[in-house]
Amino acid sequence: MTEMTRIVKTIANILFPFTMIFGLYIITHGHLTPGGGFQGGAVIASGCALLLVTYGSRWVLTRIKEKRLAAFESMGAIGFITIALLGIVFSMVFFGNFLAGSNLLFGNVPATGSTLADLNTGGVLPLMNFAVGVKVIAGLFVIILIMSYASSIKEWGQ
Amino acid sequence: MIQYIPFIAVVCMIFIGLYAAMFRRNLIKIVIGITIIESGVNLFLITLGYREGGVAPIYTSLPSGTVYPEQMVLPVPQALTLTSIVIGVAVLALMLSLVMHIYKKYETLDVQEMRRLKE
Amino acid sequence: MTYLEALIQHSVALIIAVPLLSAFLMPLVSRVHPILRNIFALLMLTVTGCFIGLLTTDVLANGPRIYIFGAKELTLPLVRILFEVDGINVFMAIITIILAIIAVIYSWSFLDKQDGLDKYYTLLLLVVTSALGMEMTGDVFNFFVFLEISCIASCALIAFWIAEGEALEAAFKYIVISSVGALFVLFAVGIFYAQYNALNIATIAQAIQFSFLDKIALILLVVVLGMKAGLAPMHMWLPDAYGRAPPSVTLVIMSATLASFYGVLRILFTLYGNILPTSIRFDLPLNVVLGWILIVLAVVSILIGVIMALIQSDLMRLIGYAAVAEVGYMFLAIGTTIAALGAPYATVALHGGILHVLNDALDIGLLFLVAGAIYYVTKKRSLDDIGGLARTMKFTTVFFIIGLLAVAGMPPLNGFTSKFLIYESVYQLNPILSIIALLCSILMLAIFIKVLYATFFGPELPELKDVKEAPKSMLLAMGIVAGLAIFIGLFPNLFLDSLVKPAADALLNHTQYITTIVGGI
Repeated sequence: MTEMTRIVKTIANILFPFTMIFGLYIITHGHLTPGGGFQGGAVIASGCALLLVTYGSRWVLTRIKEKRLAAFESMGAIGFITIALLGIVFSMVFFGNFLAGSNLLFGNVPATGSTLADLNTGGVLPLMNFAVGVKVIAGLFVIILIMSYASSIKEWGQ
Repeated sequence: MIQYIPFIAVVCMIFIGLYAAMFRRNLIKIVIGITIIESGVNLFLITLGYREGGVAPIYTSLPSGTVYPEQMVLPVPQALTLTSIVIGVAVLALMLSLVMHIYKKYETLDVQEMRRLKE
Repeated sequence: MTYLEALIQHSVALIIAVPLLSAFLMPLVSRVHPILRNIFALLMLTVTGCFIGLLTTDVLANGPRIYIFGAKELTLPLVRILFEVDGINVFMAIITIILAIIAVIYSWSFLDKQDGLDKYYTLLLLVVTSALGMEMTGDVFNFFVFLEISCIASCALIAFWIAEGEALEAAFKYIVISSVGALFVLFAVGIFYAQYNALNIATIAQAIQFSFLDKIALILLVVVLGMKAGLAPMHMWLPDAYGRAPPSVTLVIMSATLASFYGVLRILFTLYGNILPTSIRFDLPLNVVLGWILIVLAVVSILIGVIMALIQSDLMRLIGYAAVAEVGYMFLAIGTTIAALGAPYATVALHGGILHVLNDALDIGLLFLVAGAIYYVTKKRSLDDIGGLARTMKFTTVFFIIGLLAVAGMPPLNGFTSKFLIYESVYQLNPILSIIALLCSILMLAIFIKVLYATFFGPELPELKDVKEAPKSMLLAMGIVAGLAIFIGLFPNLFLDSLVKPAADALLNHTQYITTIVGGI
């Protein structure tokens, strides 16, 4: 894809940070409100798609390489499975929630009933949301990046 | 009667999608057909998840006066739908990239013109 | 609890976790060195194989084992993901891991000079993970998820030789058929959830009523999984996919196909096990109707496989049609078991069918490996362009002869035992079916002897004068498969008694599967 006009660029520059913040909010609050790693990751990836449409895939590819994105994607998946495996070590069951109620990171037990949301709850769920979020951001971004790059050149893949 | 409308929609969507996937000759239309089937199945799952008088299972935002946890809805169909959507994204991306490669190879999207694997 | 007990207890989860983790570690490992990547894949699959071995000894000694994800005990409502492993599950897992290890050994040399191998190994391990997951899960929705993972990863692997248009076509055909099929599996899962508020196989099996919706779900599940297993008349993706993928990929896709076959077994025998004897209409019990439908489709598969194999000129496609015929034999045995449920020969047919799963994996796998070796040295697919290879490729010729005798069911190779059990039991149901099956087997022998003559003997083609024997790792992989084929052929009772009979008992005794979970709450 080629670059677009200055108007589009300005609007995209304004919107891009808000999209990022909103996506990160959905990921971090995944264990409290509807949403989570995949949904927030998809929002952030759509923000990246905005950049791609505005500035063109060549511009984006000079900033970030798809190999690095693929490595991030693997690291997200590895993080997810590692947390699940740590469940065997610490709570004797695969996917065990060993952080819940432990007064460590995300270790609070939420009060039942209608209360204010406490971010510091959920045990391993927020960590898994982060891992899934990293994987989805990298995965979706690399898909649209490669697709738009491939469709922008005529004799591609040679 | 009104509660059957979603199911009728589900059946319609599945048959429209099947028609597109089986009888259309354009690869992109086949992909669209599969996506319509997927939406139909997702709608089916979501419709199953509706419970009369239930509340969303978010502990910190229960309406006052609800009996907890009896009135809360078990969010299994919603979880199934989300998983299905995630899988659908992957399948869609894979199919579209295959279509791109096929178009590069044959310079057509017509199924009839590319069938080399016949006999 | 000792260390070993803990290891056995967690091996159910680790069998899935180890290949999954190593699949995503693969892109990072392969940055270090290509040989390290190959060793890593082999090592991780061997570790998984060790876990499967541990689990097998435990399950065969102590009965079914369940593993609950994320909790120590089962609580109501039963929404936990759980794995339940009994005799048939471990049997299928052993087949999958054998095929995977052989595929990795084979691809060491076979795909030596290709690029994109880090992704290749990632996808290969993902297919193995999904096949193992399908074979061990005790949850219908989980089954759907693993089915979709296997169809996505297999599709990407079928298109590995992406420069060939036919590979792309085969991959597109595969993904369209299997994703539509998987969506219908999801629809059936929704039907079960709507009626029984459960996703657990044991819970649904206990509560199943055979209402109108259950009939729809049964039809959807059997049609889709039969299609994914390669049953006629929806077999057409199978020769394309098998024939166009690299042979090492064919091996792992075959393991996913056999996992779908396992799905058919689990659905018929366990999920609908309670209501199989109920009569549906005109005093016809469900098992007789269902059994005869499967038998007819199986005979059609056998005939289509053999007749289409007769007219093929592409070697790998020819073996693909032979694979369709072999799937037909498995379904023939299963159909006989269901149609004659309760009769003594039904158990014999089930033994034959289950043993034939292993034999089909080994025999067809061996033939594909040989075809891949021929393709590797000659770069030719068509039988018309190959000839006189026996002079230079002595080992490959021997392996091909072993493979063709095994596929045709000749003693003393492994195919003989299972096919003999199938003929014997089918003869008691209907002699004509048995005769058709036997004749098709002989026809298959004739086809492969023609191929043997055309490929390895006969006049030496001038452009194939300087071909060499296949590389060592490919010979090793073929040698392992051939050795297993001969070993099973010489000592069939060893396998029948230790692995096949517990698997058949696990299928026939479905109340044990149900009470293991439902009784434990």
